[in-house]
Amino acid sequence: MKILVTAKRVEDPESKIKVKPDGTGIVQEGLKYKINPFDEIAVEEGLRLVAKHGGEVVVVSIGGKEVHEQLRHALAMGAHKAVWVNHTGPLDQMGVAGLLQKVVEKEKPDLVILGKQSIDDDQNQVGQYLAEWLGWGQATFASKAESFDSENEKNKVPALVVGADNKTVRVVREVDGGLATVECQLPAVVTTDLRLNQPRYASLPGIMKAKSKPIEELIPAGLGVDVTPKLTVTKMSAPPARKAGIKVPDVATLVEKLKTEAKVI
Amino acid sequence: MAALVELGHTAEIPAGGSFLVTEVGAAPIVTPETFTEEQRMYYRTAAQFTKEKVLTQAEAIERKNVAVLRGLLSEAGALGLLMIDVPEAYGGLGADKTTSMLVAEASSMLGSWSVTIGAHTGIGSLPIVWFGNAEQKARYLPKLATGEKVAAYALTETGSGSDALGAKTKAVLSADGKHYVLNGAKQFITNAAFADVFVVFAKVDGEKFTGFIVDRDTPGFSVGPEEHKMGIRGSSTCAIVFEDAKVPVENVLGEIGKGHRIAFNILNLGRLKLGVGVIGGMKHTLEAALRYAADRRQFKTPILQFGLIREKLARMATAIYAVESMAYRTAGLIDARLARHDKTAADYDQKTIEAIEQYAVEASILKVFGSEALGMVVDEAVQIHGGYGFTEEFPVERAYRDARINRIFEGTNEINRMLLVGMLLKKAMKGELPLLDFAQAIDEELMHRNLPRSSGGDELAEAALTAELVKRMAVYATKVAVETFGPEIEQHQEILGAIADVVMDAFALDSMIARTRQASADGALDPLRVAMVKHFALEAQPRSHERARRALMATAEGDALTTHLKKLALLDHFVPYQPTALRETIVQAAEHQGAYPFGY
Repeated sequence: MKILVTAKRVEDPESKIKVKPDGTGIVQEGLKYKINPFDEIAVEEGLRLVAKHGGEVVVVSIGGKEVHEQLRHALAMGAHKAVWVNHTGPLDQMGVAGLLQKVVEKEKPDLVILGKQSIDDDQNQVGQYLAEWLGWGQATFASKAESFDSENEKNKVPALVVGADNKTVRVVREVDGGLATVECQLPAVVTTDLRLNQPRYASLPGIMKAKSKPIEELIPAGLGVDVTPKLTVTKMSAPPARKAGIKVPDVATLVEKLKTEAKVI
Repeated sequence: MAALVELGHTAEIPAGGSFLVTEVGAAPIVTPETFTEEQRMYYRTAAQFTKEKVLTQAEAIERKNVAVLRGLLSEAGALGLLMIDVPEAYGGLGADKTTSMLVAEASSMLGSWSVTIGAHTGIGSLPIVWFGNAEQKARYLPKLATGEKVAAYALTETGSGSDALGAKTKAVLSADGKHYVLNGAKQFITNAAFADVFVVFAKVDGEKFTGFIVDRDTPGFSVGPEEHKMGIRGSSTCAIVFEDAKVPVENVLGEIGKGHRIAFNILNLGRLKLGVGVIGGMKHTLEAALRYAADRRQFKTPILQFGLIREKLARMATAIYAVESMAYRTAGLIDARLARHDKTAADYDQKTIEAIEQYAVEASILKVFGSEALGMVVDEAVQIHGGYGFTEEFPVERAYRDARINRIFEGTNEINRMLLVGMLLKKAMKGELPLLDFAQAIDEELMHRNLPRSSGGDELAEAALTAELVKRMAVYATKVAVETFGPEIEQHQEILGAIADVVMDAFALDSMIARTRQASADGALDPLRVAMVKHFALEAQPRSHERARRALMATAEGDALTTHLKKLALLDHFVPYQPTALRETIVQAAEHQGAYPFGY
């Protein structure tokens, strides 16, 4: 199987994010970056599938030279090769999906696994656009019924179940109020939820091996995609600061306040 | 390594101790800003492991649940965290020392874990890496590299701590010549509860100090009960006992009677690693202090807003910048030397030992300065936490206790202070370091009132002048002491100790300024880094003057002393910076990130 996975570069959630006073973006000075955690889960799932069924995992990222850091991370986890779409400047979800579509047409994977969303702008749209434009089946929010303490998780058994003839994939999806199981014909697009797997660490020998794995560079212009954003960010602002709480003397007052002040009951 | 080459450093690699006799920036240095992408990745994996796997089990570890520690070593082994210093031929990574140091730093967020992994990979495994024969390496290293087996190091005895060669444990060759029979006991052995392999020092026939590899299942070998320690309570520390323990002759490590070579060279690296290791502990503690100070309100104000709290935080962050600058500079120098040798050559281990030995002065500085910087950081962190810092509810209480051992093991700070001055003198005598020429030049400068002047080049020109003059204070006090006492100088510990303090501040200033200039090579100096240098100089300069004065006062008297003090006063270049402005620059950056501002 050939599996294409994504590795978006996002702000490390451990960094303190501050919005610039003029609202044009966030303060980038001193920020740390990492691979989008949902994408990391996608890489892990790809590696597990390949360990079981054979084949290779190709990781793709879009951005400037700095995204090599995230590509190397995925390579150090065990991905076999990387594709770097060298693009700087703004890009909306359609631009990303358009570029990925070209990469898919070029790499011809049997399965594309992406994070369901990236933790920077949380749009949750790229996987859906990509599947639609490719005309492939899609299974979003892939999850699994078992807990992370299960034997399967310990033994790194993939949660996605590929049919015996390598023509289908069965995906447990997280939906409101429970889990839904769908089966897609391959090739297909799957997006990952948090409870799909626990990604492995990049081991030290893995990091050393990643040095010699290939990173292929692609230029958007050469792919024939118009990435001019149709969406522009006009202003960013921090969520309002939480107000200090109050202590109530008794339950009666609490109920009263919930009715009159909070107006929730 | 690669970074030094990239910096255009292809000529001579500066000798150990040369920071004292050359100008700031005499040669490019390795700094965290020059780490390779790969080195940063190694660090991140190790840091992620410590945060997610180790810190989350801190309580169980501290309750002496050694099974948890042993399990963590296996997990660390599976990730490759134990194989960094093991050659590739024996299943290791054979990575550079900077990487080894970065992983040590990342592991030091919890003292008990730091000591456990450090004892295994450092003092436990390295004697076999460096001094083992091919058969011993093949037998032990692959298993030590993966964590299948755990190593420990047994040098200290009840009666011999700092005086390591005074060991009483004895080894006698058996009648059939197949075994050495060991008798005696070793004290305070880290990892003893679960280690499989012990590197043990004993005297053959009660005379020849020799290293042995002792397997846990050796008949006559036993492990005593756990010590109950002030700090690093989770780490295993026991005595080990040899009662007619039969150790096969194949397990003699290195040459008979040459055990001191193993012991001392291991200590050189151990000191360096300790000095680096404290950085992780300091950063982690600073984060806790920042978090608490932001949350804790008194007088309706987060205490983070109070000047004296901010002053502490600024001092903590500055100390980290100082230790970091010295530590990775030194690791980089060792790597630069090693990069010139073929890793697969037969003499590579010897070259490694020599490269590390070359920077033994720096290693001792890092050990002393680093452990004392950590001591200050944990102390102030407890203070910031107030009464809560005195309870077990907050991790700073543990950090405070855990830090204390660092000033004691790997050679006490007293021993290391004397050693570092002694080694500088030895290097000078051997002609490896032009210390005497420099002392003469200083004499001339003082006589003709021709001292270095501020270059006026950049924001740090005055601080750089301070650094040059602090170096001169150290060398001047050393010269006077050596002229007065000759070889007897060794007996005057307070003088050596005072000089050591000046040498340490000189190395710190030199490294911080060189790093700051290098980090901003493309334009204006970074105001935050500049603030840290100045904040440090503000305390280091008067401190150095006082220590040099003390050395002179302990050396000379009467008119001679008066003359010396006058000359020393000429070297006194105190620059009055506005301390509140400096600490604001530093604390605001730390506050913004909730952490030490130059994370990697």
